[in-house]
Amino acid sequence: MIAVFWVCAVLSVAGGFGMVFSRKAVHSALWLALTMINLAVLYVSQQAEFLGIVQVVVYTGAVMMLFLFVLMIVGVDSSDSLVETIRGHRLASVAAVLALLVLVLTMINQATQSLALNIVPTGLEGANADEGGNVQGIAKLLFGRYVFAFEVTSALLITAALGAMVLAHRDRLTRVPGQEELSRERLADPATAAGLPAPGVYARHNAVDTPALLPDGSIAENSLPGALVLRGTTHDVREEVAVTRAAELASDPKQAQEEQS
Amino acid sequence: MTFNDPFGIIVVKVLGIFVLLVLMTLFTIWAERRVVSRMQHRIGPNRTGPQGLLQSLMDGIKLALKEDITPTGAHKAVFLLAPIISTGPAFLAFAVIPFGPEVSMFGHTTPLQLTDFPVSVLYVLAVASVGIYGIVLAGWSSNSTYSLLGGLRSSAQMISYEIAMGLSFVAVFLYSGSMSTSQIIEKQTSVWFILLLLPSFAIYAISMVGETNRAPFDLPEAEGELVGGFHTEYSSLKFALFFLAEYVNMVTVSAMATTLFLGGWRAPWPLSTWAGANTGWVPFVWWLCKVFAFLFVFIWLRGTLPRMRYDQFMRFGWKVLIPSSICWLLIVATARALRNNSTMDTRGLLVTAAVILLVVVGISAVVERQRIAATERDEAERGEREARSRRLFPTPHAPAAASAAALEPGEAHDA
Repeated sequence: MIAVFWVCAVLSVAGGFGMVFSRKAVHSALWLALTMINLAVLYVSQQAEFLGIVQVVVYTGAVMMLFLFVLMIVGVDSSDSLVETIRGHRLASVAAVLALLVLVLTMINQATQSLALNIVPTGLEGANADEGGNVQGIAKLLFGRYVFAFEVTSALLITAALGAMVLAHRDRLTRVPGQEELSRERLADPATAAGLPAPGVYARHNAVDTPALLPDGSIAENSLPGALVLRGTTHDVREEVAVTRAAELASDPKQAQEEQS
Repeated sequence: MTFNDPFGIIVVKVLGIFVLLVLMTLFTIWAERRVVSRMQHRIGPNRTGPQGLLQSLMDGIKLALKEDITPTGAHKAVFLLAPIISTGPAFLAFAVIPFGPEVSMFGHTTPLQLTDFPVSVLYVLAVASVGIYGIVLAGWSSNSTYSLLGGLRSSAQMISYEIAMGLSFVAVFLYSGSMSTSQIIEKQTSVWFILLLLPSFAIYAISMVGETNRAPFDLPEAEGELVGGFHTEYSSLKFALFFLAEYVNMVTVSAMATTLFLGGWRAPWPLSTWAGANTGWVPFVWWLCKVFAFLFVFIWLRGTLPRMRYDQFMRFGWKVLIPSSICWLLIVATARALRNNSTMDTRGLLVTAAVILLVVVGISAVVERQRIAATERDEAERGEREARSRRLFPTPHAPAAASAAALEPGEAHDA
């Protein structure tokens, strides 16, 4: 038991530090997953099997969501900006840490004081045995003493989910074109019958903001999504291509001659 | 509730489970190739070993000896970690699966199960959700668009279908009054839960195919769209690990279905009249037969059904599977409460409710289908008016000069 504690406690604290000090948001999410899983092992070793398992089920799912948010908002390989966007959050963090410290110290103090007064704690086994098992004990607390808090929490979560859906909802202004219509539209014009030129074909820019180049070196405008063009965030590759081409020609005089003739 | 086994017995059990799973994987790969071949009027691998049985072993050795490629842009550590995260949990889940009743092992009486604890079914769910990380991380660390799309698809798919799966477990928990695998089997002595909780079984059977990324739900590795999905960039032993994980997961979900709904290692009805059917090592045979039946259905599905489209698949999961399983859960809970608080026989009620639920789901499916058909008909009519002169099937234009020459005698292509 002691060995489990020392291994998992060290790993979970290491995960916490890793999460805070990682530069990339994806790495932070991975460290967080490590912390969560080690906490679950600690719970199980403290005879709270249900809590431990639920910790894995719920928090791995939650960290996975975090991971997806990172991928969607920050991007695959860009490190996020380190500019603080929330004002005064350092102060708030320090206050929260102090509050937690006070809480922990109070708990330790209470425990030692009750020991000094010769009040013997029930212990984990005793607490579990009272209700006929860990699961039954939690069920009794959750659906008995704390049923109101439990229901209020679920109402809160449902409200949040509904709110998110309402905020994200928009009415469709036009009809969605069907599969048949799309294929007819595509084949109507011989130039696009084989599909539009695909964007992002350069090894350096595996992204939709990089246009395809036509054989004469000009940009294929229809290889870019319209939204990006309107926003002006597309990547102009002509200059890079010219530089690379010049370098190629310089290193290969034979080809350069052919080019000139 | 862990069994008080000496260390030696635990080691034997762990090794036994590992070897069993690896052998099952090799056998399932061979069986899949042979059975699908039969379904497609081919013969399949039959050269290596009797009936080609050693083919998957040879393929495994070949795969392990191939060159191991790590893409330049890949995130090295995570790229290596992903297949390990994917395979490890697949094996871990088997720790709580009961293979048989108490047997005598080296003069020591012990259940044919590694361990058990009060929440072991939830443990299988938890381990499965850790396994998803392997796929998502593989998709992310490969630094390739196909892999990333495959990984994202898979995470969305598995998270959605895990909800339906978890809900189908709840009915079993309510009826067995326990979440431990051995006690669930204990409660199925007289009647298997598949008869009592048929809708739960149906929901589990569908979501287990989605959970293991198998056809017709193998969207994360759809060859036609994503090359290989999350494992596009993987080769050699790392790829072999993903392959292993997929097949071990198939065996795991089949074993869970057997445990929860088919009475685990218990003998099926006519055989259970024989006194020795449920004691000693014999039940392991029943267990194997049941698991192989599920594996065969997996293969059968792959040989029969085309891959679903992603939006259809997600719509099915969220709009059909989850609501119907919540409805069924309400019915089961009501029946259970009635049975606990009165002397009423709730079996008839459950069967009636199951039939009603099936009818409602069927009617709503028909209505939905007709709605879709009606809108499609409208669209088709409009398209027909627009393209009366055109051919029915959209075909590309032939190059002008060539088509004029080639199609002169017959009916001209529309130009």
